[in-house]
Amino acid sequence: MSASEKYVAAAYLVLFVALLVWVAIIAAKLARLERDVDELAELARRRVEREPEREEVSV
Amino acid sequence: MPARLRPIPLAGLAAGAALLFGTALALIFFYAPVDADQGLSQKIFYIHVPIALTAYACFGWGAWKALQHLRSRAPGADLESYAAIHQGVIFGALTLLTGSIWARISWGRWWTWSSNQLVTFLILFLFYSAYFMLRYSVEPGPARANMSAVYALFGVVLIPISWLSIRIANDYIHPTVFTTHGPQMSGSMFLAFCVSWAGLLALAATMYRIELAGKRLDARLRELRELLA
Repeated sequence: MSASEKYVAAAYLVLFVALLVWVAIIAAKLARLERDVDELAELARRRVEREPEREEVSV
Repeated sequence: MPARLRPIPLAGLAAGAALLFGTALALIFFYAPVDADQGLSQKIFYIHVPIALTAYACFGWGAWKALQHLRSRAPGADLESYAAIHQGVIFGALTLLTGSIWARISWGRWWTWSSNQLVTFLILFLFYSAYFMLRYSVEPGPARANMSAVYALFGVVLIPISWLSIRIANDYIHPTVFTTHGPQMSGSMFLAFCVSWAGLLALAATMYRIELAGKRLDARLRELRELLA
């Protein structure tokens, strides 16, 4: 591999690696959002369980 | 009232970016000829310059959204400005990295302070990097949004300075490809360049939309948490 080929490969690799890092960061954020949604769903479920059953009222 | 343009679906935008960039790579390595003067290292031009132009576009878009925020308090404009500037900084860092690699093979050094184009781009990059320090040093709210918007607008002045710096001063180190006589390259090289730029713009737009969706989702979840607490 010539010096030029190495530098060209390095330049394109920089872009590729940056894209991979960005995807990894987004994946981590997505996992955190998923955990947050699970936590909120659990919170909502517990809240529904705590509330007394509402009687139907005819209007 | 003019009809609002429907945004391209995110999946379509991502597929378009992949298709355009894949085509660009094929054109760069199998269609565009090897430069007679610089040899194979000139192939870096096809990503370095489009990445730099994409960074300018992101900063410009960020400034436009900042202006919308200041002028009409458009809902979400502050967040959109932030996301665009974030993308601009990512592409700015990539411009400096790919440029350094190209400089090493072409000039024998990673950086030179004697090139106006390089220095003004570095100033632009550092200016917008400092945007995040300013933004996160202020409590969330209207004051932060206004300060960030004013800062983003100031920075956009640096874009034409950076672009014109090699044309105003006689910069003999950094090459000038786009002159008043048009692009100084063959048709096949120009085609590869244009497709590469379109691919990178589509990639930046995809990343911008994903980041924005994540931020909006985060804000809504925080709101929901407060309601349920």
